[in-house]
Amino acid sequence: MISLDLRLKREDFELSCALTSDARVLALHGPSGAGKSTLAHLIAGVIRPDDGRIVVDGVTLVDTESGVCLPPEKRRIGVVFQDALLFPHLSVKSNILFGQFFTPAAERRAPFDAIIETLGVGHLLDRRPATLSGGERQRVAFARALLSSPRLLLMDEPMAALDHARRLEIMSLIEKLRDEFRTPIVLVSHSAEEIARLADEAVIIDKGHILARGAPLDVLPGASRLIEGGRFGLINSLAARIASVDETYGVTRLAHPAGEILVTARLGGTGAARVAVRATDVALAKSSPIDTSVRTILRGTIAKIDANGSPLAFVTLELAGGDKLVAAVTRLALDELGLAKGSEVFALVKSVALDERSL
Amino acid sequence: MLDLSADDLTAIFLSLKVAGASTFFALPFAVFIGYALARWRFPGHAALNAIVHLPLVLPPVVTGFALLLLFGRRGPIGAFLDAHLGIVFAFRWTGAALAAAVMSFPLMVRPVRLAFESADPRLAGAARSLGASRLWAFALIELPLAANGLLVGAILGFAKALGEFGATITFVSSIPGETRTIPSAIYALLQAPDGDASAMRLAAISATIAVAALVASEALQSRLGGRS
Repeated sequence: MISLDLRLKREDFELSCALTSDARVLALHGPSGAGKSTLAHLIAGVIRPDDGRIVVDGVTLVDTESGVCLPPEKRRIGVVFQDALLFPHLSVKSNILFGQFFTPAAERRAPFDAIIETLGVGHLLDRRPATLSGGERQRVAFARALLSSPRLLLMDEPMAALDHARRLEIMSLIEKLRDEFRTPIVLVSHSAEEIARLADEAVIIDKGHILARGAPLDVLPGASRLIEGGRFGLINSLAARIASVDETYGVTRLAHPAGEILVTARLGGTGAARVAVRATDVALAKSSPIDTSVRTILRGTIAKIDANGSPLAFVTLELAGGDKLVAAVTRLALDELGLAKGSEVFALVKSVALDERSL
Repeated sequence: MLDLSADDLTAIFLSLKVAGASTFFALPFAVFIGYALARWRFPGHAALNAIVHLPLVLPPVVTGFALLLLFGRRGPIGAFLDAHLGIVFAFRWTGAALAAAVMSFPLMVRPVRLAFESADPRLAGAARSLGASRLWAFALIELPLAANGLLVGAILGFAKALGEFGATITFVSSIPGETRTIPSAIYALLQAPDGDASAMRLAAISATIAVAALVASEALQSRLGGRS
């Protein structure tokens, strides 16, 4: 549970934000220079607000009215930075135990073994940070932050310095942390894909003000159009379950209430999975096509159409099971098919657009 | 060659004592000033930097004269220390150590400052987010990361202190057994009719120590450079 109400004025920048959220993963999103990192710095205690308050987990970190402003070391906010910032002169193990050493014994709730195992850093403990790869470094940074038993994990663009494969690895780790340990997470990210997959709630920030907040799907399409101006930024996130792996063809079938989703990769386990689908990779049909190569066909109802007179329309479908799916199609096609709000449609997603990159 | 007289040995041990004390007491100040210059922006930053480097450009005899005025028995600081703490610098080996410390200070501050500047300042911030106070973050993260710079500063400072002459002889004169360090002894020997051989021996010894210190500091500096 985080509650903040902050104002900060600088020569060329003004920030004024108020929000209360009990999301497990709260995402701060916006273009660079929008103030999302400033907000993160305010929460971590790197900078002080001109006035306002921050309450995390019932503890007042900042309240300018009563003169409270805890120094960073008293806030117990576990920060994960873009470039890990491991201590180069200490072993991985000393890095990981650094925060625990400073946590009062009564407050040490973080389970060492479980964290080490979940993050897969057990075999790295005797190494030096300089010998680690980017992904390994970030995993160690997560372990270090978690072992300080933080009230909140603050991740400031934790994947921005990683390549795509490492980014996927870290995303699934954040999912695991979210589900296994109960520490709430604030994720600062400029990537709609990361937010669609990880966050329960997204806050869109621009020029120091909150433009929108809500479920990632509800706020990201409009907001990302506004901010990024690109239709390729629209990412849907669907919650599915791994059903079976077809070894012969190297594909995995995922069960979704609206239909089967086929992914061109072998996924392990039988657990929940999230699939990120770009709005531009979704086509619409009035009837379920039989003779098509598209294997993923989901049933839904048109809940909303955003067109605004542009050639493109963004169609929001409500799928069986409650997930929402945004499709980017031409306005021409919509009119020729006679689609409108309330129409029953089939969403066609090419499986090749759903390889493990989008997972 | 190593046929040293009692006076020579006295001068050598006195020099080591003076340089050792000078380095030992000046290093903490050098760390503080070096850190302040590297990390903090404050009014008077440039002025402090200039004052630290002043002994490098002033004639040593002027620095010695200034020390005499300030730390002499009747000088404002010297009189205060004598009256309240019982510390006397004038014409004592402690005065020689003070002169050596002041003269070697710029050489100590520079590598210390560079070492602090080459470490990522955000690491201390990371340490604080993990619960370390400002002081702990300094002691556990910033200081160890600057360790090589401190070592280089200490070696350069020691070598410089060993060779200090102008400010020392102006401030504390050249009293055998008390303030006659190797350079003062060489100078005194050269004034005597048959001191050349002795002077040569002492010169060789001080050159050996100085070269050894330079080699050590070069080796450490290249390690420092190779790591970052």
